Amino acid sequence: MASLIEQGRSQELMTADASGQLVLPSPITVPVADSRPRRKSRWPARLDILQSASGLFLALFLMAHMFFVSSILISRDAFYTVARFFEGAYFLGKPYPILVSGVVTVILVIFIVHAWLAMRKFPAGYRQYRAFITHKNGLRHGDTSLWWLQIWTGFALFFMASIHLYDMLTQPSLIGPFESADRVWTGNMWPLYLMLLFAAELHASVGLYRLAIKWGWFAASKPNISRRRLLWAKHSISAFFITLGLVSLAAYVDLGRSHADRAGERYVPTHLSAPLAAGKH
Amino acid sequence: MINILRRKPADQSPRRLTLNILRHNPADPASVPQLQAYEIEEAEGMTLFIALNEIRATQDPSLQFDFVCRAGICGSCAMLIDGRPSLACRTLTRDLGKSITLAPLPFFELIGDLSVNTGKWMRGTSERLQTWIHNQTPISLNTLEERMEPELAEAIYELDRCIECGCCIAGCGTAQMREKFVGAVGLNKIARFRLDPRDNRSDDDFYELIGDDEGVFGCMSLLGCHDVCPKQLPLQTQIAYLRRKMAVIGFE
Repeated sequence: MASLIEQGRSQELMTADASGQLVLPSPITVPVADSRPRRKSRWPARLDILQSASGLFLALFLMAHMFFVSSILISRDAFYTVARFFEGAYFLGKPYPILVSGVVTVILVIFIVHAWLAMRKFPAGYRQYRAFITHKNGLRHGDTSLWWLQIWTGFALFFMASIHLYDMLTQPSLIGPFESADRVWTGNMWPLYLMLLFAAELHASVGLYRLAIKWGWFAASKPNISRRRLLWAKHSISAFFITLGLVSLAAYVDLGRSHADRAGERYVPTHLSAPLAAGKH
Repeated sequence: MINILRRKPADQSPRRLTLNILRHNPADPASVPQLQAYEIEEAEGMTLFIALNEIRATQDPSLQFDFVCRAGICGSCAMLIDGRPSLACRTLTRDLGKSITLAPLPFFELIGDLSVNTGKWMRGTSERLQTWIHNQTPISLNTLEERMEPELAEAIYELDRCIECGCCIAGCGTAQMREKFVGAVGLNKIARFRLDPRDNRSDDDFYELIGDDEGVFGCMSLLGCHDVCPKQLPLQTQIAYLRRKMAVIGFE
């Protein structure tokens, strides 16, 4: 029966010309895309961009943050000036720590949004986890392994960055040379900051590298050339900021240790303490 | 090949290779996946394809593996070679150690031993992504085809070189976790038809096919596909390009 139908269909499509040669009817139409109204959600595109944009913002913030923090390496007054600057002391006449809380709130919201979006990519359940581990160990491939590093550093940041952000949110006025050094040493925060430094810097530099690959930024004439350059940039960024972070943390630890017996004392900048000291004598 | 570039000096006695091959017949309920070792003597210019044929001819006729062209064109002999997806016919044994582990490509339906049904998945993906030219203009067979700039034809051909071997899927971390992900082979095909002026589909139409986490937004840019592709297709740049184009649709 089926063969009869097939036979009938072929006869419909093909006709013999005068010479007996089979010719196809013309014109022939080819299958076209389904033209029924349909529209796939635009949200996957928006969420993908939002994940990248929030990650880029946080990575850039992290870099700027590291520069601000490392101003302690210049002098105590330099860090004091940076801290008061973000409290608006130089625009509003006096420092308003609530401004720092405002900035921290914005960072916290972006951090949570980024974590929520990035979590979608985590292995879901044991099967996916095993599948990825087996794949990663078998393939021995740099970029695949880097992603695993990103997963774990990201996971660690859920907790460690939250602690730091909450601290800054609730005690914005305690940012200063003595105040921060006391928190680091007497407040026993240095182990957390040490781990947070590695987790955040590694996560951010791998993230920036992946962003450039993902969206095709800084493309060279050949993909492998741009990849090599980006990897070099990634390693350099990691090394630079981890070194800067370690040296800065060491400076806070050093200051915190020497200031431990006067922990809680607020820092008074040199230009204010000098006249006071002069008046005493 | 110039002698001096070879790993092994010509006067040295040939190596004894051990091929540890993952054996399993899913059609046999009693079959248990296990590694079986075969020893062979390495020959000059030996590929894994030659080694496997020698084993099948002289040691074990039951060994299953696929091959057609033996020249990296058909894509049938893709397998995991020491954990990395590659074509057996394009892999020289002299580039490997004395002990070589071979396993079937993951992700695809296993036929037996090293043989997997990539064709079934590739066909399904082609149907899902509608990877053929969509054109509503009636075609007249009596007129010449419209001309195409040679540069464009070459760009299309560059992407058309995909042999559907499945290495990119086996090298993709996302695909290992999420079976519905279209992978680099699917995205490369969309990039190919998007370039083709004979295909009348717009980016909106392509978004319907790959505009979600099973499509281009599922790619995590791990670049396993790019690095294992035996045809060196520019998968990294093509996926990034598609992502940019599809992201724009998200805001229309």
